[in-house]
Amino acid sequence: MSAMLALLLRDLRLAIRHGGESLMPLVFLFAVIILVPLGVGPGPNLLAAIAPGMIWVAALLASLLALENLFRPDHEDGTLEQWWLGHLPVTGLVISRLLSHWLVTGVPVILFAPLAAQMLYLPPQSLSVLMISLLIGTPILSLIGGLAAALTLGTNRGSVLLPILVFPLVVPVLIFATGAVAAAADDLPVRANLGLMLALLVLAITLVPLAATAALRLNIE
Amino acid sequence: MSALLQASRVTFQRQGEDVFEATDLTLNAGQATVILGPNGSGKTTLLRLLAGILKPASGTLERSARTAFLGHLPALKGELTCRENLDFLARFHGAGTLNSSKALARVGLAGLGLRPARALSAGQKRRLGLAGLLVSPRPIWLLDEPYASLDDAGCRLVDTLLEGHLADGGTVALSTHQHKPQLAQGFQTLQVSPARRAEVA
Amino acid sequence: MIWKSIKVGFHRLGSPPTFYRFCLLLSPWLWAGFAICTIIGLYYAFYVVPPDYQQSDTVRILYIHVPAAWQAMAGYVVMAILAMIALVWRIRTTEIMAMMCAPIGAAFTLICLATGSIWGRPMWGTWWEWDARLTSMLVLLFIYLGIMGLYAAFEDRRKGARVACILVLVGLVNIPIIHFSVEWWTTLHQGKTIRIFGESSMHYSMMPPLIWMTIAVKLMFGAALLDRSRNELLSQDRRKGWVAKKLLGKGVK
Repeated sequence: MSAMLALLLRDLRLAIRHGGESLMPLVFLFAVIILVPLGVGPGPNLLAAIAPGMIWVAALLASLLALENLFRPDHEDGTLEQWWLGHLPVTGLVISRLLSHWLVTGVPVILFAPLAAQMLYLPPQSLSVLMISLLIGTPILSLIGGLAAALTLGTNRGSVLLPILVFPLVVPVLIFATGAVAAAADDLPVRANLGLMLALLVLAITLVPLAATAALRLNIE
Repeated sequence: MSALLQASRVTFQRQGEDVFEATDLTLNAGQATVILGPNGSGKTTLLRLLAGILKPASGTLERSARTAFLGHLPALKGELTCRENLDFLARFHGAGTLNSSKALARVGLAGLGLRPARALSAGQKRRLGLAGLLVSPRPIWLLDEPYASLDDAGCRLVDTLLEGHLADGGTVALSTHQHKPQLAQGFQTLQVSPARRAEVA
Repeated sequence: MIWKSIKVGFHRLGSPPTFYRFCLLLSPWLWAGFAICTIIGLYYAFYVVPPDYQQSDTVRILYIHVPAAWQAMAGYVVMAILAMIALVWRIRTTEIMAMMCAPIGAAFTLICLATGSIWGRPMWGTWWEWDARLTSMLVLLFIYLGIMGLYAAFEDRRKGARVACILVLVGLVNIPIIHFSVEWWTTLHQGKTIRIFGESSMHYSMMPPLIWMTIAVKLMFGAALLDRSRNELLSQDRRKGWVAKKLLGKGVK
């Protein structure tokens, strides 16, 4: 446990040291939120209709941004291979790393989602559902993205492959999340969508760390 | 003498071919082993195999103590200061009696604790890596070319650290091709030979 | 007894020269079977089955579209089984076979999408409809492409194959979820889409060509898989002794 905590604290400290780079997900979110109205026009009805999808797609792309650097710097400076010398199973360290990815890319998006929702005229009754969907969904994005990053670690064109690997796997999350927010806008029940997302989260938490560990192991050889 | 690490008939395959001939090796407490072999013979691969970073393709490997591996890569974060790097290692691998400042002093980097690791020279980075071995006690040391990019004083420092480690009941296996260690305890050698390949011209 | 001989045979296939011979021996038979089944199937499809009362002759594209769609999915299952065997028992020839499934599966997915789109033009009035099945197929295509891309991105073919096998298994877990979510999504966003088979079940006269074509496509998948695996094995082992023996005759050291 102490090794997991040590790794998490060091990752967060590095994220703070990198400063501007760590703010990129947020910059990206707002770039999308500002550019799309400029592209489709400022009509409140249209914006309100596409708001859930836009915020979610922005969150997805924001989480993709940092993936290339999830394991690669550690692989290049030799800190990754030290994971196999610790007294903790590597899966624990993978979980710790994915947690720090979520804290750096997911949490800022969640925190600023209400502001983005305001800018896109999202109906007020949808906001809480949007927040819950982000809270359940962004960890799934981090997990799936982390798996893709682990798989592509040994290649030299990870950045090209990452979106191709991530995109099919996140389709269900996107559908259930935006479906829930859209349903809330029409005062329809959202339980089923959020429940399915929760199930996806549980599935991802159980499977991804193991698969990612196996992939890392193959890649450091 | 107790064996801390025992490898018998270990091999490793890359692209479906053996990297080196099946190797036997026993690392006993208080004993140093120098791994010799020409470039590309698989010395690094063997050390990474012994460390548990790689899995042997065949053969058995038993380690009865915690292991430290110091490779070509410094395993340091350039953005963090020297002391932060060492503090992390101590927390990650479990802290020992020597704290970061003392470890830095032992490797001749006293007073550089607050300097970011990326600002160090190549030789200083090696020394910082050695300090990392001291902050958390691990009986098996596996060092890949520990003398690389070190000056004469640095090489003597490595020898001193090795002697201290062996005297404490640790063991060490290291690869080298220029400088031979000069240890009070002496050392055994292991020759690694590249696997013969049935290649068609 | 039988189990044991199966096991021994299986192990023998793990050895590259035996596997090479096995592929070389079996694949012509599969190609021949494919040719025969296709001729029979296409004859039925074009000359025996009457035109549909609604869709007239356009319905005949079904005999390519549907078998391709089935094979796109079945191919994934075959690939996943091979990937699982490859990861558990570390058999190199199964790794290669699993990897060689991906381009063939992707090709069938593409055929399915293309024929679906061509069929959709007169039926739906558009080339593309966000129909649940078509969308699932599109996602499946990307999964196939991801597997192929990942395998190709590694210099060490063996490492690439094993990493991509992990992705194959992850995809296996995900494909049913993706399919379900896309179904969910289309019911949410649009009214009833036109069902390919509609409420009227298929007329019995349509069955024989469909069955023949399905068998043909399966045989072709098998044949292409064996040929591709054999070639990949040769290319990977081109510097090894057994290849020289096989290709240049004995006597080479």
